[in-house]
Amino acid sequence: MNPVKGVDLAFWYILGFSIVLLVGITTVMIAFTIIYRRSRHPEAADIRGNWKLEVIWTIIPTLIALSMFAVGWSSYTGLRTVPAGALEVEVTAQQFSWIFTYPEGKESEGELVVPLGKPVKLNITSIDVLHGFYLPAFRVKIDAVPKMKTYGWFFADKVGDYDIMCTVYCGTDHSQMTAKLRIVPTNEYLQWLQKK
Amino acid sequence: MTKQQSFYETPSPPGLRGIWAWLLTRDHKRLALMYLWAILLWFSLAMVLGLLMRIELMWPGRTIMGPETYNAMFTLHGVIMIFLVVIPAIPAVFGNFFLPIQIGADDVFFPRLNLLSWYLYMLGGVFAIISLFSGKGFPDTGWTFYVPFSVSTNTNVSLTVSAAFILGMSSMLTGLNFITTVHRMRAKGMGWMQIPLFTWSLYATAWVQLLATPVIGITLILVILERLLSIGLFEPDKGGDPLLYQHLFWLYSHPAVYIMILPGMGVVSEIIPIFSRKSIFGYKAIVYSSLAIAIAGSLVWAHHMFTSGISDVSIFVFSLLTYLVAIPSAVKVFSWISTMYKGSIQMTPPLFLALAFIYLFSVGGLTGLLLGAAGTNVYVHDTQFVVSHFHFTMFGGTGFAFFAALHFWWPKMFGVMYNMKRAYIASILITIGFIFHFIPMMILGLMGMPRRYFDYLPQYATGNFLAGFGAFIIVAGVALMFTNLLLSFRVRQEAPADPWGGTTLEWTIPSPPPLHNFIATPEVKDFPYDFRQVSDHYNTMNPKEQE
Repeated sequence: MNPVKGVDLAFWYILGFSIVLLVGITTVMIAFTIIYRRSRHPEAADIRGNWKLEVIWTIIPTLIALSMFAVGWSSYTGLRTVPAGALEVEVTAQQFSWIFTYPEGKESEGELVVPLGKPVKLNITSIDVLHGFYLPAFRVKIDAVPKMKTYGWFFADKVGDYDIMCTVYCGTDHSQMTAKLRIVPTNEYLQWLQKK
Repeated sequence: MTKQQSFYETPSPPGLRGIWAWLLTRDHKRLALMYLWAILLWFSLAMVLGLLMRIELMWPGRTIMGPETYNAMFTLHGVIMIFLVVIPAIPAVFGNFFLPIQIGADDVFFPRLNLLSWYLYMLGGVFAIISLFSGKGFPDTGWTFYVPFSVSTNTNVSLTVSAAFILGMSSMLTGLNFITTVHRMRAKGMGWMQIPLFTWSLYATAWVQLLATPVIGITLILVILERLLSIGLFEPDKGGDPLLYQHLFWLYSHPAVYIMILPGMGVVSEIIPIFSRKSIFGYKAIVYSSLAIAIAGSLVWAHHMFTSGISDVSIFVFSLLTYLVAIPSAVKVFSWISTMYKGSIQMTPPLFLALAFIYLFSVGGLTGLLLGAAGTNVYVHDTQFVVSHFHFTMFGGTGFAFFAALHFWWPKMFGVMYNMKRAYIASILITIGFIFHFIPMMILGLMGMPRRYFDYLPQYATGNFLAGFGAFIIVAGVALMFTNLLLSFRVRQEAPADPWGGTTLEWTIPSPPPLHNFIATPEVKDFPYDFRQVSDHYNTMNPKEQE
């Protein structure tokens, strides 16, 4: 249900392999530099290759890489598959703010309020240049492109305030183009929706 | 070896005296040095810009400059570093100097074209400077010039884009020259599998330069036309598409990252065997992986666009291809490490820098895996994580390879040896500063701080403050490194023809080389990395080398 978990799993999977590889490479490299230093090992062996070893270290990394690709892809499908019954909010980006429009017609600038326990779909576009809608807490990022609709979604599973930022450079105040996501209990959401 | 007149001392023909001996030269060695000084100057300038940005970011809000200046500064830093430093650095300096020598040739195939390339390079630089001080100031678009912002901003985009266009021409002509030189001018007896790996890497790079650069040329012209005539190619209101620009841009700019890294890999492939006094492990695997990178690297451009709104099918395909292009780089790293196995390793500044390259480039490559996977890419794309990742590959990779090449070939190019101790201190400083700077940046990215940010939310303050110190250490290290190299001209400790015990042809000729490179016909070995004879020959030649 929650795509955040899938993304984080892929993240740890890839990072885990990477750290093992990095530590392995670095350790062996430093060890060789010390063990085979010239003062201790004046005559080098004449080894020019080993096709078996070379085949092995081509095939195994290929398999690891393909598994990373697969894990990464399946976590991505989670980000793209919006469950039925999602609350749909229209998001319009402009230099330098975010405007959220609700199905009931309410408009809000810089503040996205959603009810707890509901999936939320964001239909995103821009009215001027490119922007990037970024909601790191829910692993959502998608560009806002003029005359084009993109989308992202998240499951509002925890009450709280979350940061929204712009990731595609859009001009002088790019770094000031932030907004807040507020996840609130349903009754509070309904009250907020009615407020002018 | 008897003392020969070097190319510096050989008198130039009448009418080409003094400064003209340099400005109108067609000698690949002189051109290489002219590139070297220009590149060191640009590098220092762009590095100082980087430091100023880091100082600005050390404290929240405005510190030493406003957002307009900051935005122009990161654009300028990117444009200079990419087009004037990282792309030309190794091919134009060390490629020009050593490619002909490594294959036993007198010069490149088109020496006049080579001179033209240098003038185009300088002209591109002049355009970049003019665009700084004319019109409405330097662009604030980032080096990617994304539309529609780059079309609508009123800064000096057209002039800067023209500069990049001219620099692209220079790079393309250098590539053309290298391809023809490798095909047509190899010494007798040098087949494809006798070519040194540095030259191989330049050859693979040259094809990418030649085939991919026209695309950026066309794209940049389209941006200028769009600005001047509003033809609407990228304008949705007129039926255009801003994503088209991104495809065209990355169609060049992704292959360009391999233009930047491949020659650096070539440098490391030369350095590791020499100081291990042992043949490179898997010569053919390294050759083929260079070619594989050049080919496969041209097919992965859209992995820069996973969040741009392209279709999920494209994301599937480009993510898969991206993982495949990681393999040849991994093969190279394994081969370098295995070369050291049972070697006879002598630590020197170039080897230290090459090993730092392997470590930093591995971090860069492995963090690239997080970017290549669709799901995780969405989280880290366009954040400080990406900026850190590509600095690990471009600076930790190409930059360190460039420093390693400087220390490796300095005695050959100038006939003088630098102070080893200071070279170590400088290299260690840069490495420590690098890690101190870019690891906090990587963590900031994982915490969700976007890139190209003049200011930031409070949770990112600590990381930005710490990264600033790393920047200072890097700049101190680079300043020491360059000073140390320049001091070698004053101290003039003469370097022998073969200070390290090399096997490729550049080590068989005097330091610095004579005008026509080879006095006698070069003798090509069956295998360029046969070190079996080196130890004896080398120890009798230079009894003092073990100091």
